[in-house]
Amino acid sequence: MTITNSQAPVRRNAYAAPFSRALVYALLIVLAIVALIPLYVMIVTAFKSMEEIRSGTLLSLPHAFSFEHWWKAWNSACTGLRCEGLKVGFVNSFLITIPSVALAIAAGAVTGYALSFWRVRFANVLFTVLLIGGFFPYQVLIYPLVRITSTIGLFNSLAGVIAVHVVFALPVVTLLFRNYFASIPIDLFKAARVDGAGYWRFFFSILLPMSVPMIAVAGILQVTFIWNDYIVGLVFGGINYAPMTVQLNNIVHSTYGEREYNVEMAATLLTSVIPLLVYFTSGRWFVRGVASGAVKG
Amino acid sequence: MFVRSPSSSRLQAVLTLVPVAFVVLSVYVGGVLWAAGISFTRSSMLPNYRFAGFAQYINLFSNARWQVSLGNMALFAAIFIPATLLIGYSMAAMINRGVRGENALRTIYLYPFAMSFIVTGLVWRWLLDPNFGIADVARKLGFENASFNWIVNADMAIFTIIIAAIWHSSGLVMVVLLAGLRGVDDDLWKAIRIEGIPAWKAHLFIIMPSIGASIATALVLMSLTVVRLFDVVVAMTGGGPGIATDVPAKFIIDHMFERQQVGLASAAATTLLLLVLVVAVPLLYLKDRRKGAAR
Repeated sequence: MTITNSQAPVRRNAYAAPFSRALVYALLIVLAIVALIPLYVMIVTAFKSMEEIRSGTLLSLPHAFSFEHWWKAWNSACTGLRCEGLKVGFVNSFLITIPSVALAIAAGAVTGYALSFWRVRFANVLFTVLLIGGFFPYQVLIYPLVRITSTIGLFNSLAGVIAVHVVFALPVVTLLFRNYFASIPIDLFKAARVDGAGYWRFFFSILLPMSVPMIAVAGILQVTFIWNDYIVGLVFGGINYAPMTVQLNNIVHSTYGEREYNVEMAATLLTSVIPLLVYFTSGRWFVRGVASGAVKG
Repeated sequence: MFVRSPSSSRLQAVLTLVPVAFVVLSVYVGGVLWAAGISFTRSSMLPNYRFAGFAQYINLFSNARWQVSLGNMALFAAIFIPATLLIGYSMAAMINRGVRGENALRTIYLYPFAMSFIVTGLVWRWLLDPNFGIADVARKLGFENASFNWIVNADMAIFTIIIAAIWHSSGLVMVVLLAGLRGVDDDLWKAIRIEGIPAWKAHLFIIMPSIGASIATALVLMSLTVVRLFDVVVAMTGGGPGIATDVPAKFIIDHMFERQQVGLASAAATTLLLLVLVVAVPLLYLKDRRKGAAR
């Protein structure tokens, strides 16, 4: 599971003629530059004036930094009829992401606990169906979910968006916790049982404190996924709870007349700030989450 | 692994699983069966239950837009999957040799995966803009007649989406394959070196087969990207020019909500689900077998 650098066996010089080593570094650097170009262009474009953009200088640094289109993207860019900028979407994305992630983790952890330490009849069938469900294209589930949420009155509401996110996150979060708990020695469980710890006591007092790393990994992954979601927010959020991604797309595609590339890129960057911040401050956890979620699945 | 336990706690465990079982039965099983059922009715704006046999499927497959969508998905898969696998594997293999700055490189390669597909689509739309994008950079560099208008060209637009998706996913594949490569036995590398097998041959015929489980994982993840392909198309081309870059996921959403042809959309969704199962189940089975063999 760990793919941190340190335990890579010293494999230097496996093939390493000096020529091929130089080639490897050259290739790695070229790939890194290609990976970074879109982010770089996004940033420089967002600071340029339209005049400068029209003069055609995609890759150059801005001559004079201008900030007003950042303000426009945030505060007054139009999404269809409303001209309130991205700020509404920013708040909505927080309102959606935080409860969704918290609930998904709570549900996944408790389910993973019941699945890995307790012998419940049909639990394996349940888990298998849940895992297969994780592979369904969203488009297959969206219409049934629209009907279900409108039947119970949650369609076009914040609670509805959150509920759908939790349902979609359940397979992968449950998988992460189940695998994590499976690596905890069963003797710990037996000892706790002998000492009289009940079902919830064991979970809250012993298991949960041990699971902080897994909670962090699952949390980081889900914050990124849910913040970046488009389709759930689009279908279930309605106009009032459209997340930032939906508003961003509306802003960019509802411009009439001349397109303001600097506003577009400022808006795009603003939408990426939270996931990028999460990613760059927790890169290793993110990698670990991707690797353990994907590889062990 | 499991412990016989007093019944009160056992009951707690059962109770814990009840909500999950409810979600699984109502959404993942019930919802899908219901959607599949709707595809055999005449439902248009609202679902109704007048049986229509395979009429919706016949309509679907004679629908030009659906044919274009399926063709685009096939083309996308045929280029996106091998290209991403090749780039991701190359990154992982090079990093695995032990290079300086490994952490920095890994962070750079994976960051696109932390961005949303909407953002990915919008950035690449700007980069590939025929007037001010990369084409303009080429012109400024002296290629005065350079033109790169793929994104507004009906025949080529789908390739711009493929480029954006490769950029988004290569780092993910790199991480998955690197985890596999780290598990390759050192003796295997030694044997390869002693035998003097050329690097490309060793990778293709020895190393790649020995990390089959990781490759299967990467394939599953990429296949999911292929069938879920939606956001990036919406952001980049909106399915256009015309319907040139339409994809099944977009076809389904449009027909469900804008065109209000629920029966047709359900038939398309069911077809998509069957495709997923046909592709994913053998891959998962393969992975399981590999895992079993490794144990």
